[in-house]
Amino acid sequence: MQKSIFRPYVEAETLRSDRSARDRSRHRQKVRESIRENIADIIAEESIIGQSRDKVVKIPIRGVREFRFIYGDNAPGVGTANGDVQPGQKIGAAEQEGQQPGGPGQKPGVDYYETDITLEELVDIMFEDLNLPNLERKNLREIQVEATRKRKGYRKVGVQTHLDKRRTAMSRIRRAIASGAPPPDPTTDATRFPFHRDDLKYRRLVREIRPQSNAVVLCIMDTSGSMDTMKKYLARSFFFLLYRFVRTRYNKVEVVFIAHDAEAREVSEEEFFTKGESGGTIISSGYAKALEIIQARYHPEHWNLYAFHCSDGDNWITDNPQAVRTAQELCALCNLFGYGEIKPLNSGSYGNSLMEIFAQIQAPNFLSAVIESKTDIWPTFKEFLTHEYLAETAAS
Amino acid sequence: MARTWTTADLEQWDERIRTKAEEFGLACFTQEFEVCDQEQMLGYMAYHGMPAQYPHWSFGKAYEKLKTLYTYGVSGLPYEMVINANPSLAYLMRDNSLCLQLLTISHVYGHNDFFRNNYMFRDTRPESTIGQFKLHADRIRGYLEDPSIGPTKVEETLDAAHALSLQCRRHTAIRKLSADEQRERALDAARPAKDPYARIHKPQEYREPDLSRVPLEPEEDLLAFIAAHNPYLAEWQRDLLRIVHGQSQYFLPQIETKIMNEGWACYWHHKIMSSLELPDDLHIEFLVNHNQVVRPHVGNLNPYHVGFILWHDLAKRHGGDAGSTAAAALFEVRESERDVSFLRRFLTRELMEEMHMFEYQRQEDALVVSRVVDEDDWEAVKQTLLKNIGMNTVPVIRVIDADFGHNRTLRLEHEHDGRDLDLDHMERTLKHVHRLWSRPVLLDTRLKEEAATFSQTESGFERMKN
Repeated sequence: MQKSIFRPYVEAETLRSDRSARDRSRHRQKVRESIRENIADIIAEESIIGQSRDKVVKIPIRGVREFRFIYGDNAPGVGTANGDVQPGQKIGAAEQEGQQPGGPGQKPGVDYYETDITLEELVDIMFEDLNLPNLERKNLREIQVEATRKRKGYRKVGVQTHLDKRRTAMSRIRRAIASGAPPPDPTTDATRFPFHRDDLKYRRLVREIRPQSNAVVLCIMDTSGSMDTMKKYLARSFFFLLYRFVRTRYNKVEVVFIAHDAEAREVSEEEFFTKGESGGTIISSGYAKALEIIQARYHPEHWNLYAFHCSDGDNWITDNPQAVRTAQELCALCNLFGYGEIKPLNSGSYGNSLMEIFAQIQAPNFLSAVIESKTDIWPTFKEFLTHEYLAETAAS
Repeated sequence: MARTWTTADLEQWDERIRTKAEEFGLACFTQEFEVCDQEQMLGYMAYHGMPAQYPHWSFGKAYEKLKTLYTYGVSGLPYEMVINANPSLAYLMRDNSLCLQLLTISHVYGHNDFFRNNYMFRDTRPESTIGQFKLHADRIRGYLEDPSIGPTKVEETLDAAHALSLQCRRHTAIRKLSADEQRERALDAARPAKDPYARIHKPQEYREPDLSRVPLEPEEDLLAFIAAHNPYLAEWQRDLLRIVHGQSQYFLPQIETKIMNEGWACYWHHKIMSSLELPDDLHIEFLVNHNQVVRPHVGNLNPYHVGFILWHDLAKRHGGDAGSTAAAALFEVRESERDVSFLRRFLTRELMEEMHMFEYQRQEDALVVSRVVDEDDWEAVKQTLLKNIGMNTVPVIRVIDADFGHNRTLRLEHEHDGRDLDLDHMERTLKHVHRLWSRPVLLDTRLKEEAATFSQTESGFERMKN
């Protein structure tokens, strides 16, 4: 045999040898694309709703799997064990996939088709190319917010904490040199050259005023007895999306959660997404509560207001005129008022529908939609937002 | 305990290892070792060890996967990579201890010998491997940069080509007949057999063979066939298909000899390392690492484990490690077998029992042991094992007609061996075939004991009514 050749490690080479960078970034891009394509399925997953932002979710990725002709479920395999095994013994959970080619040594069917992603990232991907309403709101509604304080120059008066010691000391030295005083001698007190009030330098801070968009989202949900688990789940999914969306779009966003049955009350986020209620349905109570909150806390001049209501439409019949009236009032105040009627297929419904009654509302910023199943959530959501976008572009 | 080492140390040790390897009779290509760091190592592994390879996202995926696997600890030698080339090229990870380096070097000579001598590798042209891959990479980069082609189209074609890359002839040692030879054979077959009693028999009727049929004989090399027979492909697309096809031909022998090859390398690293009279600390570290590599993986097969046991047993049967008859027998087997034939010949019931082999089957959502090695079932388990080795894990799909129904529909046939195709994968893969063939594609197979035909056309995928 000829002598073997050893090529030692070259330090510098590592700097220029990230050869897989391009392929890795393309792969990641494909992962993101794939998530985006399946977003409607992913967001309808129960496990995502009501989770905190940094929760990590597992997402199946189909687009980046490499498809080949492979054998399916009825193909047996062979393994080895450490001890005796008996027929009928379970040795593990089957993968959802068939077996992968590539020979033994690979676990049967394990492909790299799930990725971990935080909810926050997921929401980003979800909204990044929706191209929908943005921060460019009507000027009137841009409110001046004192966002930060910035240093700008120095001044002779100020509070102690803003004293700039370095500059103060320098200015004393400067004054000492200018006055021709003898150089300081630390052993005697005679040459002492004390600070003078003129030496003091304070940092000057100015407020920086920035225009900011503000939004309030009023989530109104019917939690009456007729809203069964399925309906509530659909409503929550919808609100969840909305809430996430608004979060990504506005610097400052406040969300108000209102739950109503025959009476309305403001609830916390957690309660809103998790708790169940029961009772009759008086929709106008929810709207009245919303109006009351707007009145008290969110002046329409200063806030972009969005109100969304999800209900199954089974309103107490005598309340309907009142509901329409309050809805119209809400329309007048809000940028957008959306009403989603949750009518799961095959669910018991008393035939009532607010959709018909709300048809008489003519306001351009009123929108209603029917959500029948979880696959409707994303389209409905998009429709609501597109509506706003169109209204906006038409206005400008 | 890790020992620090220098390249000079490695060269010194290598001298001894190589001398031992020669003494034992290994016949290797000249070996090159490149010392690299972990990132580079993962990079090489993701690109099948090739110093140059064309860009494709699947390599990025492989990189991420490897990285995850190594982060969480993985079987096999930590970072061992050797490629079948002449001179052979292997990588040594900088951060490995001296003992691991020696083990890897010994192991690499085993692979090197196998590449050079096993019959499956005869047509892999190791002299030009690295240059070939570089050429492929350069050509594909050219297409990527060509403004009339661009990355999107190249990626689409490569995606489709990768989906079919393993749909190729497995028996590379049997020469593929040219079109002329196939025609010749068809004519021969149609000619009536010579009949010594022709005078008293009725003259046999001559049936003219249908020579217009394409392909004349069912064709397994899907990519090569499409490249040759789809007139609508651009020249660069044909080139991509041929590159991908050529690369899988190159890797095919490695897929077909995984167990033998790894077992062979383990057998020799074990022998070489044991004969080096290592100082105690190195020797103990070696044993720990060796056992780590050849340990059984519960629930599936570790090719290092199975291969090592088989080679070891084979040597024992020929009078133990030391005997020269044993060596001769081993070298003969390493030259003339591949995994399937190797296991068929040498995997005995005793060995299967020793390894506690079992057959499992999917039942609803669990994998359940269906057979264990005993008097009645051991042969069945062995048959299942043989079906799950190398290219036997890839369904055989052949082109039977490229002009079905006289409208250039491509008719494929799956050779059903009791295992159904995975429907989801089949659908997606047929889409790729359709993209490459640019005309409808049919696939005949069996599903749940029934004949089934699937079609992929412009309007989509569907199961045809029989």
